[in-house]
Amino acid sequence: MNAAESFNLRLIPLLPFLGATILILFGRRMKRGTVVAVAAGAIAAAAFLSFTAFFQFLPEAVEGGGLRDVVWKWIQAGNLSIDLAFRMDALSGLLCLIITFIGFLIHLYAAGYMEHDPDYARFFAYLNLFCGAMLVLVLGDSMPVMFVGWEGVGLCSYLLIGFWYTETANANAGKKAFITNRIGDFGFLIGMFLLFQATGTLRFSEIGSLSTVGSALAANYHGMPMAFWVGLCLFIGACGKSAQIPLYVWLPDAMAGPTPVSALIHAATMVTAGVYMVARLHALYMLAPAVLAIVAITGAATALFAAVIGFAQNDFKKVLAYSTVSQLGFMFVGVGTGNFTSGVFHLYTHAFFKAGLFLCAGSIMHAMSGSGDITKMGGLRKLTPWTHAVFLVCWLAICGVPIFSGFFSKDAIVAGAFATEIYGEGLAWVGPLVGSMLLVAALGTAFYMSRLYFLVFTGPSRADHETQHHIHESPGIMVGPLVVLAIGAGLGGLVGVPGGLFGHPEWNILGEWLSTSVGPELEVPHHTEMLFMGISTALALGGIFLAQAFYGGGYREPAKKFAAAFPEFVQLVRDKFRIDELYQAVIIRPLRLFSQALFQFVDRVLIDQLLVGGAAAVTDVLGRLTRALQAGDGQRYMAAFAIGAAALVFFATRPTLPSELKVNVSGSTVSVDASRAGRQSARGLTYAFDFDDDGRAEVTGTSPEARYTYERGGSHTIRVTVTDPRWHTESHIKSTIELGGQN
Amino acid sequence: MLPTFYYLCLSFALFVIGTAGVLLRRNALIVLMGIELQLNAGNLAMLAFSRQLGDEKGHAFAFLIIALAAAEAAVGLAILVSLFRARQTINLDEASLMKR
Repeated sequence: MNAAESFNLRLIPLLPFLGATILILFGRRMKRGTVVAVAAGAIAAAAFLSFTAFFQFLPEAVEGGGLRDVVWKWIQAGNLSIDLAFRMDALSGLLCLIITFIGFLIHLYAAGYMEHDPDYARFFAYLNLFCGAMLVLVLGDSMPVMFVGWEGVGLCSYLLIGFWYTETANANAGKKAFITNRIGDFGFLIGMFLLFQATGTLRFSEIGSLSTVGSALAANYHGMPMAFWVGLCLFIGACGKSAQIPLYVWLPDAMAGPTPVSALIHAATMVTAGVYMVARLHALYMLAPAVLAIVAITGAATALFAAVIGFAQNDFKKVLAYSTVSQLGFMFVGVGTGNFTSGVFHLYTHAFFKAGLFLCAGSIMHAMSGSGDITKMGGLRKLTPWTHAVFLVCWLAICGVPIFSGFFSKDAIVAGAFATEIYGEGLAWVGPLVGSMLLVAALGTAFYMSRLYFLVFTGPSRADHETQHHIHESPGIMVGPLVVLAIGAGLGGLVGVPGGLFGHPEWNILGEWLSTSVGPELEVPHHTEMLFMGISTALALGGIFLAQAFYGGGYREPAKKFAAAFPEFVQLVRDKFRIDELYQAVIIRPLRLFSQALFQFVDRVLIDQLLVGGAAAVTDVLGRLTRALQAGDGQRYMAAFAIGAAALVFFATRPTLPSELKVNVSGSTVSVDASRAGRQSARGLTYAFDFDDDGRAEVTGTSPEARYTYERGGSHTIRVTVTDPRWHTESHIKSTIELGGQN
Repeated sequence: MLPTFYYLCLSFALFVIGTAGVLLRRNALIVLMGIELQLNAGNLAMLAFSRQLGDEKGHAFAFLIIALAAAEAAVGLAILVSLFRARQTINLDEASLMKR
């Protein structure tokens, strides 16, 4: 236990960050070889540490929740206590292995791919930065730490998509990715806040133990359990990060980045963060099957929708991009049906074959002098044999042909969808619905991937002569990683052979590993398993043969006829159903107009003219006034002096009177006191009291007090006049009193 | 003898004339004359009260004021000469450094 506790998990993300820092600071002065050594070395070291942790230390620690490494106390504010801490359990360990291993392969590939790029060091710095952030995301022990990684990968995605930023289109693609992600992140934040409000903690271990029936998370909140709202908001974040409807639009545009970026970020790792998050919070999601239904339906819809778009794309990488969106939909169906193991399984197999496919794309584009247009490809099977071999394996894997990895994982998801029992009575239709949608999507997947294969690798070349001459296989440093990925894509599925298939549950090594993190594998009855395996295989082979009929060896008759018969439909699909244009018209244009209006009115008029200009004008006016006092004209100063002196004399010689006359009424007798409070005037002032304001003083004397009895009641006005004999000045004061009416 | 009030009226009138001269005239010499007038007005008031009260303190004080006025005139004229040397004018409006 000691060795496990003291294992420095922090090194796993730290080393890539270190690599990134070194490359940012010194990269420009380093030789290419050194740059690769630093970058790939950092990842390799992280991979080594991950493997050591996962295989050597984790098995003992797994019962206690995995390996833990607390770095320091980050936030301590009232009830909120968040440490910067990392935890590796089976789930995060598996993802660490994927990230570091595939990351390493892609680093090697990129060393060859980016050979001629002048910004070599910057690329590898960003790539390392990304790996570090992704590892933070995956190893985070609490939601804020995960969110740090979440944001970090979003940033790196932006930086890497817009790597060749001198082209405006690339910069725009980067912006689009970041902004769309940000919208999702808003949902994520709301989810985090709700979670904290409900449970008072953000640590995964504590959330897990609090996700029981009867806890705050299961409490009713506006008609649904709290976990529903939390899960929904977090899922919005997942939609952004993992490119589901409606926030998937950034992923196809992200293909503007270099191909290794597409392979690493937009296939194998970053986009899977959403799936990871749902799997991590599986206990919370299980409290609210309704939100899982939403997840599953969104996933299935996305899978189907993206697959259809993939039918008509003519750019190699765009096809793969939509394929990724579609496959992510599969993963979300997996986790959405409560079959968390299968979702993660598909994440793992997808990482291998999709990265392989993307790296093949890079290889092909390299061969075709930088173009990805499949309408001008063809016949590359003999000209780029290694790439073809790898592509073949990955293609069969993604189609779901038996024995290859994709078959097992996809089938686990589909069978699980039909066999799931997590939905109650009301939502029982969700399982079969999403299962059926996925079957159609699987058929579609087989079709469009096979279309890609046939158009690119078979038949005569449709490229022009110039390009044909340059077609060549990629150098070894690029082919090597390709081959490793192909092996993974081919055989990787064998660790997750579902228990129900051969009656040997212990063969499902992956399921066993993951059960410590995401709960037990979904039990699928044997006959259901066999049934869906059969259907999946049939659909996969069917899709392939259909594609061959349309595109085997080039554009064949059926394809041409279809395109001729439904040209508008084909164009609509090719234009990705014009969703981007829809967003532009419905969301972006109004926002632009609104912000223009705000700018013109609030900024220009209100703030600039009114507030800033106004403040200046007030200061100006006051300044002018006060400037008049100091004209530098001595005589003017003397005039002010004389006026002031005269005023002083005037007021000093008036006799003083209180501001209010003190009147005491008792019956019809009134006593008045005109002395100033606290100061007895010793100057012999003369007081004249006029009790009914007729000009004739009733009482005169030197005493400030006087008494008088009225004959009749009603309202009377008393006027007191005080005279100063020395200066011959006088002051008056009046007061009105009410007497009870009488005769 | 006349009522003290009349002397005070005269004194006040002289003072006002003197003040007007000080405040309103441009020529520095006239301003100095105005100051002398003010002092003389004060002197007159002093003597009137002294006569009224039968107290010779007023007379003594008047002598002091005369001496003071003389000293002050000397200093004032010295300043005026300095001013003329600096600005070549004794017109107070022109001698000001402030911008018009």
